[in-house]
Amino acid sequence: MAELSIVEAVNDCFHVELARDDSVLVLGEDVGRAGGVFRATAGLRDRFGADRCVDTPLAEAGILGTAVGLCMAGWRPVCEMQYDAFSYPCLDQLITHVGRYRWRTGGKLAFPLVVRMPYGGGVRAPELHDDSPETYYVHTPGVKVAIPSTPADAKGLLAAAIRDPDPVVILEPKLHYRTVRGDVPEGEYVVPLGKARLAREGTDLTLVAYGSMVPLCERAADAIDASVEVLDIRTLKPLDEESLLASAAKTGRVVIVQEAPRTCGYAAELAAILAEKAIYDLHGPVLRVTGYDVPYPYWQIEDAYMPSVERVVDAAQRLLQG
Amino acid sequence: MAQVLPAESDLRRVIGDGADVADREVDGLDEKALLDLYRSLVLLRTYDERSVVYHRQGRVGTYAIFWNHEAMQAGSVHALSDDDWIFPSYRESAIGLLRGMPPATVLSWWRGHPAGWWNPADYNVASICVPIGTHVPHAAGLAWGKKLRGEPCCAIVYFGDGATSEGSFHEGANFAAVMNVPLILFCNNNQWAISTPITAQTRAETLADKAVGYGIPGVRVDGADVLAVYEATRDAVARARDGGGPTFIEAVTYRAAPHATADDPKAYIDLQRVEEEKKNECVGRYEGYLRRAGVLDDVRADEIKAWATKLMREAIAAAEAEPPADPALLFEHAFVDPPASFRSDLEELKRILG
Repeated sequence: MAELSIVEAVNDCFHVELARDDSVLVLGEDVGRAGGVFRATAGLRDRFGADRCVDTPLAEAGILGTAVGLCMAGWRPVCEMQYDAFSYPCLDQLITHVGRYRWRTGGKLAFPLVVRMPYGGGVRAPELHDDSPETYYVHTPGVKVAIPSTPADAKGLLAAAIRDPDPVVILEPKLHYRTVRGDVPEGEYVVPLGKARLAREGTDLTLVAYGSMVPLCERAADAIDASVEVLDIRTLKPLDEESLLASAAKTGRVVIVQEAPRTCGYAAELAAILAEKAIYDLHGPVLRVTGYDVPYPYWQIEDAYMPSVERVVDAAQRLLQG
Repeated sequence: MAQVLPAESDLRRVIGDGADVADREVDGLDEKALLDLYRSLVLLRTYDERSVVYHRQGRVGTYAIFWNHEAMQAGSVHALSDDDWIFPSYRESAIGLLRGMPPATVLSWWRGHPAGWWNPADYNVASICVPIGTHVPHAAGLAWGKKLRGEPCCAIVYFGDGATSEGSFHEGANFAAVMNVPLILFCNNNQWAISTPITAQTRAETLADKAVGYGIPGVRVDGADVLAVYEATRDAVARARDGGGPTFIEAVTYRAAPHATADDPKAYIDLQRVEEEKKNECVGRYEGYLRRAGVLDDVRADEIKAWATKLMREAIAAAEAEPPADPALLFEHAFVDPPASFRSDLEELKRILG
């Protein structure tokens, strides 16, 4: 075990996976010489060469588009999108090709590629460095999506994504890139996709979250005068429905927390599943604490936009008092 | 930095007009190769003409016509080796036929039936790209990936004049140039994107001029001259194999048929020009060349046309004989490792379908 930050754990994963499999190739803007703007790919170019850690032109659709062709040539490309809100051009490729190509070939070709990016706000950054775009990715058929909240999961889920035979998108909580540290197993370490993590056990109410909202929910749980369970979804698609339903059945009260805007966000999907499959286990309505349906604001007022401990506690108390 | 000459402006031609302009010979093409090329042209022409008929008969769905584009497709494919990868747009839907793909497969694709699936690795022909230009980066990536593996293969990607306005075209072309990959960017400039004329697409004098901005050669060729297309592509392939990087080929023609079976160009196209183009269409031009060279006579031509017609008759019968697609195919190939929800979704669907 080593104590690492989230971004160090990502970097550790790359060093292990590129050494393990020489068909893994990292490409993106500034990933080589600079080692990535957050240093997630530091040292890879020196260790594995400029052909395995490639500085590309500034072309997000081109990065993911060439990755499709690289897969056809037998590579396992890992694409870095420099920031959440700069990733939107790559959605074109993701929707029109990445998620469809395997089906289009009757299952004959596989596209074992990864798209990863830092996401989320709270970092006092300029406009369009703060988005939570997970819904766009989750909504795209044919791709899997994971969001780690701990250093160990950042390493393990990325390793699982790199080894996965299907396209996987990983969003990493940039707010906690360096502020959350934790034990990370050394060497090869895989956290299987599709398994949620019980971050905290409780009996009265469940807070459901992923990524940067998990530490927030843990702080909120401390502030709520009840036994609160915190479920870290970890893989948004495929969802570990069993763990979600088990926790809802156990506590009977669910608050879902997401940083993204509310309408059609991932919390809405979780709430719909609870309505379909857990409604008789529930003691009250499923509540959501989310970002608002507004453009992500300039950073002087971003704290008002972001779900806060106070908003989560308020929702939990309403439900507990219901 | 690559030093690049200005792109060509005159169209390269090999085939003469049978009167004032003399035919030229292309080095290395013997009689058999010339006739193989003719066979490919006739096969594509027959596929296209029969498809329009099948559409009218309700036997295939909406179909993108490639009449008078056959020379661009056959001429360029014949300049490749079988290891080279082809990335077609919908305008080149039947290009796999030149690599041995059964025409029934392509007909099934236009019939919206999963029997239209093929494994790109079986023919080194990627799936048909329906959105405009988004496959250009795929071709760049394939060529790059092969180069990294030390495999001596190149890729060709086909797109129309309209695609050069797309961001994906730019990103793919620039990527290929920067990575110096063995790629041929083949633009079939038929001067129309549905109803949008080339003058509304670009202010550049020629599309080949765009190559200069990428630091790669821009070649212009008569798109209805199959031998000129062949020769230009062969040069580009040799250059690519030699480590010289991508080439942009602009093959110029004029769209003498509707964009697709759902389109009526009378509202926008120059009908007089269409009639002129039809008189000078690419299969007839090549036929004239071969006859003047003494390579083709009526017997041989009829034999080849009969072969292609029979092939298509059998192909539509085979496509129509496909059993109805199993709804389970909805779920079967979306993932290597499908989510658990697919199982319950399929069970529910089967229960309701009975």
